[in-house]
Amino acid sequence: MIHTPHVDWFAISTILVLLGASFVALLGAVLVPARARRAFAASVSALGFVGGLVTSIWLYVDSANGHLVISGAFYRDRWTMLSQIILCGIGFATSLVAVEHVARPRDEHISEFFALLLASTAGMTFFVGSGNLMVMFLALEWFSIALYVMCAIDYDVEGSLEAGLKYLIIGSFGSAALLFGSALVYGATGRIGFADIAHVVGSRGLAGDALLVLGLAMIIAGLGFKSSAAPFHMWTPDVYEGAPTTVTAFMSAATKVAAFALAFRLLRTAFPQEEHLWSWAFAGIAVASLAIGNLAALVQRNVKRMLAYSSISHAGFLLIGLSAGSALGGRALMYYLIVYAAMAFGSFAVLAARERELGEAVTLDNLAGFGWERPFLGVAMWFFLFGFAGLPLGGGFVAKFYVLAAAYRHGWAWLVIVGVIATLVSLYYYLAVVRAMYMRPSAELHVAPVRGGSPPREPLLHVAVGLALAVSVGSLFAVGPVIDLAKHAVNALPF
Amino acid sequence: MTASSFTSLLIWLPIGAAIAVWVLPLSRYATGALAVLVSLLEVGIWIEQLTRFHFSQHGLQFAQKTTWIKDLHVSYHVGEYGFSLWLVGLTVVAMAACIGYGFWVGRDRPRAYFGLMLFLTGATVGVFVSQDLLLFYAFFEAMLIPLYVLIGVWGGPGRLGATVKFVLYTMTGSLFMLAALIVYGLKAGTFDLVDGPTSVSRWIFLGFMLAFVIKSPLFPFHGWLPDAYRQAPPEVAAVLSGVIAKAGLYGMLRIAITKFPEPTSYYRTLVLALAASALVYGSLLAFRAPDFRGVVAYSSMAQSGLIALGLFSGTNLGYDGAVLQIVAHGLVSTALFLIAGTVERRTTTDQFSLLGGMAKGRPALATLLVTLGVISLAVPGSALFAGEFLILAGAFQRHWWWAVIGGGAIVLAAMYMLRLISAVLHQARGSTVSDEALDLRPGELALVVPLVAVLLTLSAWPAAISHHSFAGDQPTQQVETQFK
Repeated sequence: MIHTPHVDWFAISTILVLLGASFVALLGAVLVPARARRAFAASVSALGFVGGLVTSIWLYVDSANGHLVISGAFYRDRWTMLSQIILCGIGFATSLVAVEHVARPRDEHISEFFALLLASTAGMTFFVGSGNLMVMFLALEWFSIALYVMCAIDYDVEGSLEAGLKYLIIGSFGSAALLFGSALVYGATGRIGFADIAHVVGSRGLAGDALLVLGLAMIIAGLGFKSSAAPFHMWTPDVYEGAPTTVTAFMSAATKVAAFALAFRLLRTAFPQEEHLWSWAFAGIAVASLAIGNLAALVQRNVKRMLAYSSISHAGFLLIGLSAGSALGGRALMYYLIVYAAMAFGSFAVLAARERELGEAVTLDNLAGFGWERPFLGVAMWFFLFGFAGLPLGGGFVAKFYVLAAAYRHGWAWLVIVGVIATLVSLYYYLAVVRAMYMRPSAELHVAPVRGGSPPREPLLHVAVGLALAVSVGSLFAVGPVIDLAKHAVNALPF
Repeated sequence: MTASSFTSLLIWLPIGAAIAVWVLPLSRYATGALAVLVSLLEVGIWIEQLTRFHFSQHGLQFAQKTTWIKDLHVSYHVGEYGFSLWLVGLTVVAMAACIGYGFWVGRDRPRAYFGLMLFLTGATVGVFVSQDLLLFYAFFEAMLIPLYVLIGVWGGPGRLGATVKFVLYTMTGSLFMLAALIVYGLKAGTFDLVDGPTSVSRWIFLGFMLAFVIKSPLFPFHGWLPDAYRQAPPEVAAVLSGVIAKAGLYGMLRIAITKFPEPTSYYRTLVLALAASALVYGSLLAFRAPDFRGVVAYSSMAQSGLIALGLFSGTNLGYDGAVLQIVAHGLVSTALFLIAGTVERRTTTDQFSLLGGMAKGRPALATLLVTLGVISLAVPGSALFAGEFLILAGAFQRHWWWAVIGGGAIVLAAMYMLRLISAVLHQARGSTVSDEALDLRPGELALVVPLVAVLLTLSAWPAAISHHSFAGDQPTQQVETQFK
């Protein structure tokens, strides 16, 4: 007879809420008349994310003593819950933008879009809490498949299809690497639970075992694909550019949160004995990401592509926090993720508005005058870009300070210098966007809205960008509270 | 509201006003009027502080401290010493004049413009009152953002190149300062400037100094200066040379020299040599510059060199003179750039080849420019003379040749200043100077005359600053004890 494990339903309530909302949104595709479908699906999606926020906040408060639930499959602790809060926040903001921005001709598939958005976020919220290699892989596939489809949702636009296909193929490669690595680790230790792996490695003296190290390396590579760190980044610019901008905004923020939150937990919990290996590996990947991301971004004219490369370089900064491997590094990572998610989402949302207005891809040239025409979005973009560059107009500044401090504490002053030089290079292209928005007159460049007249009003997009702006600026002033949240989350991990 | 919170008010009032200006749909006139009002209010608050400041008392005054980032021991810690009080005074007075100038000429896109000017005021005051390294760094960087946009949007035809150069130069320095301060703060266990220990690390010292010598700027880190000063709108160039550049010099005094006594004496000769080069080279360039702004721009570089000479001479006279010179030259160059702006408005150019003969029929302009020029070339009896004399006397105590170089440069100052005055006011009438170009209007006089009045007051009583910057009579002792 098979014993079913005790299931702590409350622990996975965020996931259930999101999945439930996803089903309702999907039902809307057949039960709700076409003209009300967009409003219906969007409302369900927004409500679902609000529900997810409520449960994850509740669980955060309620899970001071982190523990494994459901036969060791899922961590109910504050690290999981804080990541879930961030993910649900991103999902909520995406729903707002998507109402106005997922292309109009596809009204008949709009419910499916929101269903996929909810489902992929549900997968990510599961992913960040996974307690063993199996659950990790399943959750990864779960959210990835949803993302592949979301990238290709504009199926009659060549770029979107190309993005979907490219992401599918390269993403599958990453998943395969992760799966193969997991299999090797299982082969070496005979365990799939994160904590069990560390336990077996410790008790049997397996540290440095070739099979284990190879498995770890492949897992790192697999996670590298998902977090778009160099040299596993090649899909990023094409996919970010080709995917509908709403999806890019969601992906750039949410996938990073999921991948980094999981990576930090996995390495701290399952491979503490190999820390010297993975911290060097991540430091190396960080340097590669900073170099490739920043240098490639310098020459981009397409702003979406530029921000894609910038996201690679930010993966580098996040990896600096990760490679420090300490509690300080974990706090730095969480803080950085919160701020970065807000800035990345916000900046792509602003681009979405410009793209819709012009009806073509946003380049440095046709961004001219945008800042004066749409002051709120312009100022918001200004804040995001300066935040990316680490200037003290928002939490981006403190985030950089934190990861660099973590690197120095780890004894890596050279990594601080690398980070500083990378920031310096990045200034050039971030400021190029500001320059394009404010300092070049649009009249002389013949930029005109696609339908003529004034730009669309887009109140919901403004709300979403406003939220992102509030988070990215507020985190500068509220460093204390945010770090406290991160600290409680980090305390759930073993050190 | 307690007395201490006035320091914070000086920072956050203009920043709050900036946000209000951005958000509220005020008319052009109301926006400018509000900005001018706030900048005057700043001057009022500062005067209120001045009356309550105890110059003989040791240690930080009007201090306020709250935790900002607990686990890394970073705090929001602001407060003032004697010399920071003077720098804040310079900032609020110069900014009031420059904001007034922006109002007078009626800048385009007033809400953005005045918001940025107010933001700049708050950030600059923040630099001078921060007593925590990260906070200092945050404000130091925050100054750059409004400047970047002010030059890039309202600047001259070559503004885009100027902004790129300006930002890349200054950020190079700042980011190495960030690395240096992380290392310093984590080693010391605190980022607090008052409690923080001294350090002997030469690398950290160099990281800080790189930022400060670029900001000041000293030779050979001045590559950004000519473009930025020429392309910026005149009132922004005034702020840049009058106030922002002084932040670099303030940083040398407050952080580099105070916190790194051993590296300071190790690198003293090098820094003095750079300072002397800036002084001589800047003066020569000023003498060769073909335009009004070029002369003032290079002369501010020369003056930065002189002030750094005073600071790094490490003598009582040098410190006293440097603080006096920072304030006096800040006021002079602010006023000179504003005058350059008024000349440009009348003639559309500041090229000497197209100017000349403006004195005739324009007595107010001529009087003000000659007065400022004479103060600027450090005629005995002027505030700048007092400052230069103290600095040179201090440098002489370090070694006589520094004083000789400095003295030589003062002769050059006379040469370039007289050349400026004669090229603008005298000589044959320039091709762009028409009879319709009026004398200074009352509005313009209201901006420049108060600056000149302050300068004349300081000329009469230079000890107001030179004897009231460091508690006690021994600045060197104050520096050694880190102003405790």
